[in-house]
Amino acid sequence: MTEEIIIAGFGGQGVLSMGKILAYSGIMQDMEVSWMPSYGPEMRGGTANVTVILSDKEISSPVLTRFDTAIILNQQSLDKFEQSVKPGGILLYDNNGISVKPSRTDIKIHVVEATAEAARMGSPKVFNMMVLGAYLKLRPIVTVDNVIAGLKKSLPARHHHLLDENKAALIRGMEIVA
Amino acid sequence: MSEIRLMKGNEAIAEAAIRAGCDAYFGYPITPQSEVMEYLMAERPEKRTGMIVLQAESEVAAINMVFGAAAAGKRVMTSSSSPGISLKLEGISYIAGADLPCVILNVARGGPGLGTIQPAQSDYFQAVKGGGHGDYHMLVLAPASVQEMADHMPLAFDLAFKYRTPVMILSDGVIGQTMEKVKLFDQMPRSTEVPQWAVCGNAGRKNRIITSLDLDPVKKEQQNLALQAKYQQMRENEVRYEKYLCDDADYLMVAYGASARIAKKSIEYAREKGIKVGLLRPITLFPFPSAVIAELAKKMKGILSVEMSAGQMVEDVLLATRQTPQVPVKHFGRYGGVVHSPEEIFEAFLKHFNLG
Repeated sequence: MTEEIIIAGFGGQGVLSMGKILAYSGIMQDMEVSWMPSYGPEMRGGTANVTVILSDKEISSPVLTRFDTAIILNQQSLDKFEQSVKPGGILLYDNNGISVKPSRTDIKIHVVEATAEAARMGSPKVFNMMVLGAYLKLRPIVTVDNVIAGLKKSLPARHHHLLDENKAALIRGMEIVA
Repeated sequence: MSEIRLMKGNEAIAEAAIRAGCDAYFGYPITPQSEVMEYLMAERPEKRTGMIVLQAESEVAAINMVFGAAAAGKRVMTSSSSPGISLKLEGISYIAGADLPCVILNVARGGPGLGTIQPAQSDYFQAVKGGGHGDYHMLVLAPASVQEMADHMPLAFDLAFKYRTPVMILSDGVIGQTMEKVKLFDQMPRSTEVPQWAVCGNAGRKNRIITSLDLDPVKKEQQNLALQAKYQQMRENEVRYEKYLCDDADYLMVAYGASARIAKKSIEYAREKGIKVGLLRPITLFPFPSAVIAELAKKMKGILSVEMSAGQMVEDVLLATRQTPQVPVKHFGRYGGVVHSPEEIFEAFLKHFNLG
């Protein structure tokens, strides 16, 4: 099993950290992982994206242009990456701020209203975990327990009191994905 | 016990430097390798092992601090990215000329000039052909994964001391910035041994002189001959490479560093279509694995050299294959900061050998 993922949105939305948590979860599940960010001026206020690969065998290229799954958090990224999903693949997006919806018919398109739901729950910061939950509902490549273990590993100890809130967001994301 | 972590290439090599018993790091920040010094500073290695980490006032100052510490027999390193390496070249030539060991990391970015901060492999000539003035070489290692970024660190120090030579680890922005799983080796002790040539106070013994200057050309020529003999030893003993799917291959790709990883993916595409392609990945760029490429070339229908440059390593591939002129050798690469995709490599491969 090899899953090739692009996560893209605005800098500051937690795109890179979502990818990092996913990569860590893969390590917890004894998989090979790769996390390659866009870096440089793109990251300051503009778009940010990260390519994450999880595999049960050695990963060849960390650089990819076609993906099994695209996780999209803003319009620019949707415009840029809709065509990069492999036929039969998954496009998951948060519809906050999306005016031109994806139009491909040869891929599976899913929506998660994570921005709105996280605001309703009073914890907008965990919105990215909700999106991750939505993704894992569609592609259960790592277990919730391993995501939390990965999160614990990637968070400094002073933030460990936030683990429960993150787990709740992850599970809520699994429930609301459409 | 070895320890598994998720790290960027830049972080892994910094951690590996501490664990390899490095005595001192002198550097100056530049994208895409600033995490090296950031990581070292945050780790406080002066508390862990006694290693010194110092941000110099410039790249030129940093390499001359390396020169001084190397002359004192210390395991010492610096790191930079392309424009910063150009600034260090005068110092590197002096270090090579003075027969001193050190490790220099280049996390290469697009050029020429100030260029761009995105990845490139256009410093190949600079790394393997000398770069600075005079007839010298560095031994050049080319890691292609975060794991190798870590593993090449102690290897680089061992080779630097074995040959009393500057060793360059030539990486790129892709490998430096990508996070992968890395198994870290255990902490090695810092060496307490003082090499027989080191200048570190001459009380009670004859003085030792470390210099790259000799105004007597006959003596200077002798010293040059000794340098060349050393490079010949490296060619005979230190060639390292990885062969991937070469046994049944009709075509060969040659690529190092990030390009080798991307090329492996394009080879998957080729094999899905029934085209048998293999990869020869040089791990040492100097000495270059010429003999193994020459041998492989005999059974190939074509060779594609893939690098993020306008075509530098391809010259060494051409030299290596001069006994098989009937085998076409082609080059493909995006450069100036653009990273080629597996699809682009595959399409170029099909086009070059009329397979599409």
